[in-house]
Amino acid sequence: MMRLIYFLPLLGCLCLGVVFFLGLDSDPREVPSAFINKPAPEFSLAPLPGRANASQADLGNFSRTDLVRGQPVIVNVWASWCIPCTAEHPLIDRLVKQEGVVVHGINYRDKAPAAANWLARLGDPFSKVGFDSDGKVGIEWGVYGVPETFVIDGSGIVLFKHAGPLTPEILEQDILPRIRTHK
Amino acid sequence: MITEAGHFSLISAFILSAVQMSLPLYGAHKGELRYMELARTTAIAQFSLVLISFAALINAFVTSDFSVLNVVLNSHSDKPLLYRISGAWGNHEGSLLLWVLILTLFGAMVAIFGRNLPPQLRARTLAIQGMIAFGFIAFMLFTSNPFERVLVPPENGQGLNPLLQDPGLAFHPPFLYFGYVGLSISFSFAVAALIEGKVDAAWARWVRPWTLAAWCGLSIGIGLGSWWAYYELGWGGFWFWDPVENASFIPWLFATALLHSAIVVEKRDALKSWTILLAILAFSMSLLGTFLVRSGVLTSVHAFATDPERGVFILLLLIITIGGSLTLYTIRAPNLQPGGLFRPISREGGLLLNNLFLSVAALTVLLGTLYPLFLDVMDAGKVSVGPPYFNATFGPLMMPVLGAMVVGPLLSWKRGELLSVISALWFVGLAALGATAITLIYSGIEGILPAIGVGAAVWIIIGSLMELAYRAKLFRSSPHDTWRRLMQTPRSVYGMTIAHLGVGVLLAGIIGTTAFKTESVQNMNIGDSVSVSNYTFTLDRVEALKGPNYIAERAVFIIKEGANLIASINAERRRYPVERDMTTEAGIHSTWRGDLYAVIGEGNRATGWTTRLYKNPLTPWIWFGTIIMAIGGMVSLTDRRLRIGAPAKRKGFSSSAPRAVAGAK
Repeated sequence: MMRLIYFLPLLGCLCLGVVFFLGLDSDPREVPSAFINKPAPEFSLAPLPGRANASQADLGNFSRTDLVRGQPVIVNVWASWCIPCTAEHPLIDRLVKQEGVVVHGINYRDKAPAAANWLARLGDPFSKVGFDSDGKVGIEWGVYGVPETFVIDGSGIVLFKHAGPLTPEILEQDILPRIRTHK
Repeated sequence: MITEAGHFSLISAFILSAVQMSLPLYGAHKGELRYMELARTTAIAQFSLVLISFAALINAFVTSDFSVLNVVLNSHSDKPLLYRISGAWGNHEGSLLLWVLILTLFGAMVAIFGRNLPPQLRARTLAIQGMIAFGFIAFMLFTSNPFERVLVPPENGQGLNPLLQDPGLAFHPPFLYFGYVGLSISFSFAVAALIEGKVDAAWARWVRPWTLAAWCGLSIGIGLGSWWAYYELGWGGFWFWDPVENASFIPWLFATALLHSAIVVEKRDALKSWTILLAILAFSMSLLGTFLVRSGVLTSVHAFATDPERGVFILLLLIITIGGSLTLYTIRAPNLQPGGLFRPISREGGLLLNNLFLSVAALTVLLGTLYPLFLDVMDAGKVSVGPPYFNATFGPLMMPVLGAMVVGPLLSWKRGELLSVISALWFVGLAALGATAITLIYSGIEGILPAIGVGAAVWIIIGSLMELAYRAKLFRSSPHDTWRRLMQTPRSVYGMTIAHLGVGVLLAGIIGTTAFKTESVQNMNIGDSVSVSNYTFTLDRVEALKGPNYIAERAVFIIKEGANLIASINAERRRYPVERDMTTEAGIHSTWRGDLYAVIGEGNRATGWTTRLYKNPLTPWIWFGTIIMAIGGMVSLTDRRLRIGAPAKRKGFSSSAPRAVAGAK
């Protein structure tokens, strides 16, 4: 019985060897989003204070219930300090004004006055904007940089995710077709 | 020509390693001194040959010889000299050659300095070292030859990853490998002892200096890597629990455990099979790290270009080395004579507690590192395991170790008395509780864990000094007597005190940086001011400048505290045209109280720049703590019993087991 204990390290080593051998075939660099075709995470965020041009209804908490209202929506993670967010802002504007899509925002690791100022300067196309000042909800969404954009069907399922600034091509090829089929 | 000489040298070293791994082993078995002595000559010759080979590679890099494939892929004639040299080990093939160089260096050192080792043990140890060299040189010659030529040399090279063009990273691999690969000698000693079936106090005394030297190198190497990540990656953090960081940290944890358990073998002839296992595991984890970096099974910022064929080769080496040694362990370890018995409350008990928790912590880190791989292999999805897991598991596991670090050295061997320890330490405990309470008041109740951390740092720093004061009977005896006692205290005890003190300083730095930092991310234009804690950062100007092989945008921040000018710091964003890559250089103003830290991101005059500003309290303590720990190790290395190979003989009482509390009674 005592001898079995001395055998344990060898056993552990052999098991690891098998795992490594199998692991050599896999490519760790392909990192699919954990959320594609899965429900969006449970969350609730206080609204970003200081939004001047938003309707009263859009000044409430932003939570998962806003994602399950039957219509597809877009969630855009942004921050006032993020230069690419400024670059993609006209595209968000276009989505809302020309395509009539509802876009919610998550204001990520930002300061409220700076964020409100950014919206006042560039325009405020967002429906709800949740204020994620410490980035905790960002972790729930698996955000690892801003901007990130998620397309969600009317029942809270994530259809598509794009990390980095939006481009007209991504809008035409990946985002709008998904919105249209789920309308 | 020189390149071919290097290649030829490596082939000769390969052949010699075949001799080194076989004949001395046979000689030790038959008791033939001639064959045993062969181990020393071959070990020294092998090191010289690998050194020639390494020098040849450095020469190719320094002279920018673009007929050598490795130089083409990893260098460029515009690079400053330092990075032309460090480029030699900034890639898979070259770093492997450095790996083998240090492997053979340790073999040669044992051959030269191990004169008082029994010939059998020395022959066997060097033979095992030869086997490892054989495997790794074969790996280089057959799959990763650094001396491969190109038929048509290009005009210039492709440059080195700009992240690696940094003084911190230029010196990081040599230190790290000194530690990592240096553990090979403890491994070889352990396997040799298993072959002989004998582990005793003398064995532990012989193994200890080599483990200590490797441990010092590993500590400095990890510290340098962390320092580099801190100022170069620009996230204000110093440790990311990245798989490759973990791969160097796991062997460090096992080596630390080994250092402590070897003491028990030396002083009390106990914990033998456990110590042998630790020696095997410490080096096995180094090998595992080598495999993880080079096989591509895990992603990491540090990973080398990967190739599945190489992966299979290293895996095979790994299984033969680790599996072989553990098989031998399974057969031989049960027959090792169990040594002296001891009570749970004793010096041995304290060291065993330290060992258990360090090992469990090492396995926890290993599990977190490999978990994504496990899931992937079982097709259960892709995950990444991040800092929250490691902080939640590793931190609590370290608490008992930190507690025992102060209590343990005051306990006597075999059977200690907790009461006398309490009488010696009650006010250290009080000071620690006081520090915890003050931190709690200052930071609020959600800061309970950091507050405990601050308390622990105070506990270790004061407690380590107390142990020395107690030993010297400070204020309880005449100053003359205290002085005499201090002079008679062996250097290994000073080494321990210094190293433990370093842990306390390091811990304070870690807590300060992680729990009490202030961070601010925003978009700034020239002239904008942002306040971070009680400091104001003003973006004074952004200017373009040209380095030797990069173009940079340099932001100058003026930092004020109230109306007082504190400093002006430069944060840079460098673009390397050859490598088509960017790096950030954080601007840092360091004082003993902490760092003010600024990083500049994307932007231009029209949009402004993304800036990250931090106040990181006590960060320099992390680097000082690490250096103090390494100094402690080096002081311990100069202990008489390690130099002479025997403890000092003294009249009256035993010096090899200095007993602070029991001796004071």
